[in-house]
Amino acid sequence: MTISPLARPAGVDALTVRGLRVDYGDPGAAIPAVRGIDLDVPAGAIVALLGESGSGKSATARAVLGLDQDGSRIAADEIRIGSTDLLRASDEQRRRARGSEVGLVMQDALSALNPVLSIGRQLGELFEVHLGLSRRKARSRAVEMLGLVGIPDPARRVDDYPHQFSGGMRQRILIAMAIALEPTLLIADEPTTALDVTVQAQILDLLDDLRMKTDMGVLLITHDLGVVNEVADRVVVMYAGRVVESGVTAAVFTHPAHPYTQALLRSVPQASGRREDLLTIAGSPPSPRQVPSGCSFRTRCRWAVELCADRRPELAGVAEGRLAACHRSAEVLDVAVG
Amino acid sequence: MSLSVDQHEAAGGAAESPGVVLRADALVKRFRVGPAIRSNYVSAVDGVSLDLRRGESLGIVGESGCGKTTLARMLVGLERPDGGTLRFRQRDVTAGRRADRRLLRKGVQMIFQDPYTSLDPRMTVGKLVTEPLAANRTMGARARRGRAGELLELVGLSVDMLDRFPHQFSGGQRQRIGVARALALDPDVLVCDEPVSALDVSVQAQVINLLRDLQRRLGVAIVFIAHDLSVVRHLTDRVAVMYLGRIAEIGDSDSIFEGPAHPYTRALLSASPSVDPARRGQLAQRVKLIGEPPSPIDPPVGCRFHPRCELAQDRCRTETPLLRVPADDTGTRRSACHFAEAVLTDAR
Repeated sequence: MTISPLARPAGVDALTVRGLRVDYGDPGAAIPAVRGIDLDVPAGAIVALLGESGSGKSATARAVLGLDQDGSRIAADEIRIGSTDLLRASDEQRRRARGSEVGLVMQDALSALNPVLSIGRQLGELFEVHLGLSRRKARSRAVEMLGLVGIPDPARRVDDYPHQFSGGMRQRILIAMAIALEPTLLIADEPTTALDVTVQAQILDLLDDLRMKTDMGVLLITHDLGVVNEVADRVVVMYAGRVVESGVTAAVFTHPAHPYTQALLRSVPQASGRREDLLTIAGSPPSPRQVPSGCSFRTRCRWAVELCADRRPELAGVAEGRLAACHRSAEVLDVAVG
Repeated sequence: MSLSVDQHEAAGGAAESPGVVLRADALVKRFRVGPAIRSNYVSAVDGVSLDLRRGESLGIVGESGCGKTTLARMLVGLERPDGGTLRFRQRDVTAGRRADRRLLRKGVQMIFQDPYTSLDPRMTVGKLVTEPLAANRTMGARARRGRAGELLELVGLSVDMLDRFPHQFSGGQRQRIGVARALALDPDVLVCDEPVSALDVSVQAQVINLLRDLQRRLGVAIVFIAHDLSVVRHLTDRVAVMYLGRIAEIGDSDSIFEGPAHPYTRALLSASPSVDPARRGQLAQRVKLIGEPPSPIDPPVGCRFHPRCELAQDRCRTETPLLRVPADDTGTRRSACHFAEAVLTDAR
């Protein structure tokens, strides 16, 4: 019943998404949040989905999880978690796959835990429901999981309630719940945003360690460039519902091929440029209701030319393993981040 | 020992040192927690002293619960200290009398973290920005409207936005409105509590540049509280690192960021991720803190950081370290660690 990591067929990606679209609102006046994106998370890899508010990164995650609110419509050519094709599976298969093959860690650990159940019961419930274990066995598995994510003295703390833990510890408990069933894919939506830097570093360590041990793929949703640089193998940059650039993190951060990525990297304070003004991106991200014609970024872009208003640049290969959606990506690529 | 006391005096500035606009001396703030019968006290701020000079920018960093927000609220007069003194332009305003409050309100203004909830949705921008003037009854309505226009232009917005409402603005623009409002009374000091952390990355830089520009043009002093260390380093002349209600280290930002003299500062800096691809993986080499932050209800005796410190000795468990200039350090930075010299040598 349980899916051991070793039993996973080799070479199968943890997540494959093709042509995903998410719309909100009435069909007549649909507001597109995600406008057709492809996404791959290889097994054992951390892929960062980087974007600002309204870029569609969280809508993408919700679509994969089937957690979408009323009034949203999801369309895709393919959504595959491990070897399960979610679009062709029966409702029951789909439900099971989303229950046991995907783990989710959210930003707000306190509201994600039930305040009136001990953490042992909350964790144990997973084993009872999905694996049919007895309550006693489930409890001892819960202790094991708490130890794995680094909760000190897990046998004693398993009967404590969420409010008895610190913010960092609660986040660890959420991670324990998310990985309890050895999922193929872990979706971590801003998992460290509410945490202090020292605790953030511990959580990032933990995620890195777990994907090595269990070979799960991690989709890390974040707006923090530092976190992406530190742990992500690959980065996918989203802007206004589309992917504008993707590639190996180190390559993208050294030589971005899209003006948006370049501008983001330059707007972050660096130790070397302390006396100078920061480079800014004019304006603010567009509302999904009103996205500029052609390239969505052109109204804020320093590289924009007439062509950008007329024709939307397709996501295309710019270098080995790298994609960017910009008419001038070859020129952008030539400039190092200064 | 006497040497370090002398240095302390020199670094802290003599009582009448010129240019000090705001001086906190051994400020204490306690909050009561728990049920009324068996209540405990949390000392959120426990004896913090600092000076703010005219036109300088001072950063306050530390983890959640270290007391940085409580300290900021005392500096603005939103909380009354339980101990110590607060002086604004040499005048003792600790007691929070009506005249003290009026003086503080004119001279020290605050910019809040969340631009979405800190503006009244039913007021026009013109009204919002000049509400402080109306409350102080310093101008007639017509003059106020003129001033509102000036303030908007000062923060990079346009005069024809005066009659719009907050919901018509983006997050970055709302934060500019918050800044304009704080500047309405022409204050000497702006206290900014996490002013950019609610903003999108691409918008943060605009607000950071604005604050720096205002500091230069208007000569206003800035207290800047943030958890993002790279932003603090960029924006501030001096920085105070707080741990559990006390100052662990204080001094000029370059010295502290380049060579910390307190083990907590060192741990904090090493845990902060960089966007520089060359420094990828440095987090793995960070100074790891032992255990969890202790409860402020029952803080450790001696050095409050000792249970998590890799350098802790018996002395740290009994004797509270004083803020002092480390021996053979050239600047005016002070550290509250018995082994500041050793930390500093490591950093170099």
